[in-house]
Amino acid sequence: MREIALHLLDIAENSVAAKASEISVSVVEDLALDRLKASIVDNGKGMDAETVQRVVDPFVTSRTTRKVGLGIPLLKAAAEMCNGGLEISSEVGRGTSLAVEFQRSHIDRMPLGDLAGTMLTLVVAYPNIHWLLEYSARLPGDNGTSTSPRFCFDDLPIKEALGVEPGKIDAEQAAIFCEPEVLAFIRNQLEDGISTIQSTIQNISVQ
Amino acid sequence: MSTIKSLDDLRRIREEALEKRQVKTASGAAQVIVGMGTCGIAAGARETMKSILKYIETNNLTGISITQTGCIGLCEKEPIIQVVIGDAPKITYGKVTPEVAERIIHEHVVFGKPVKDHILEV
Repeated sequence: MREIALHLLDIAENSVAAKASEISVSVVEDLALDRLKASIVDNGKGMDAETVQRVVDPFVTSRTTRKVGLGIPLLKAAAEMCNGGLEISSEVGRGTSLAVEFQRSHIDRMPLGDLAGTMLTLVVAYPNIHWLLEYSARLPGDNGTSTSPRFCFDDLPIKEALGVEPGKIDAEQAAIFCEPEVLAFIRNQLEDGISTIQSTIQNISVQ
Repeated sequence: MSTIKSLDDLRRIREEALEKRQVKTASGAAQVIVGMGTCGIAAGARETMKSILKYIETNNLTGISITQTGCIGLCEKEPIIQVVIGDAPKITYGKVTPEVAERIIHEHVVFGKPVKDHILEV
């Protein structure tokens, strides 16, 4: 995969498969420490330690019962290639959190890519999940006292306005998310918020 | 189509959508399913999905619902989408690039004529 945002889509699909009702995606572009960090936290069914080991390293450990995909190992390899890494912490019945980190300036670091497209895809296709995105930048010289550029997207107000409640949306109600004006609204919110952060980052990088 | 900016506009859209739904329930709803497993995503399924959403938005199509599914075991044919119109049997399409997706929505979903050269026999 050629974008971090595509990997995030892939990881989020795991959270959906784990029956999460709330999934939160976070991306931090840390220019001060030259790191790019992303995480996905869900409240799905979680995994025991052995399963976590298995999803991270499918070829090393023996697998007999469970189907395990290649999405996570691919992302882990990409992160390690860029002086970074990937960690999963999970608890059965509580949920899973996956964090991945890259050296931001590394020549092999894949671009963040179309984060708005990833979020739009998830919000429209899985209306019964409460989706959150936090995309922020930490600027050089930021010692924690200044406010860093931050965009937070929460789809709950949109669902309230549409008169639907995550977890209780039937197929007929779900169709409202594919109405052209609703699509445009969600897409614009995501694209505007994300591009604002990205132009701030670009201006800093040029200086 | 006017661009909506506020949550109040969304409330209005909800009312309109409810009215429209009451009018057309008999006509048979269209459902589009996009394969979004790791194989699908790696083959470009998100761009396929985006192209479908964009087509709906720019052509102001209403009453289409879009869902996703995981890997259906035909990874080499990804991106895969499936179309169900009313009670008609599900039709599965393979190698659905963003351009092919537009054709499928236009010809099959809007005009009811399946796009024969991309149908998978499953």
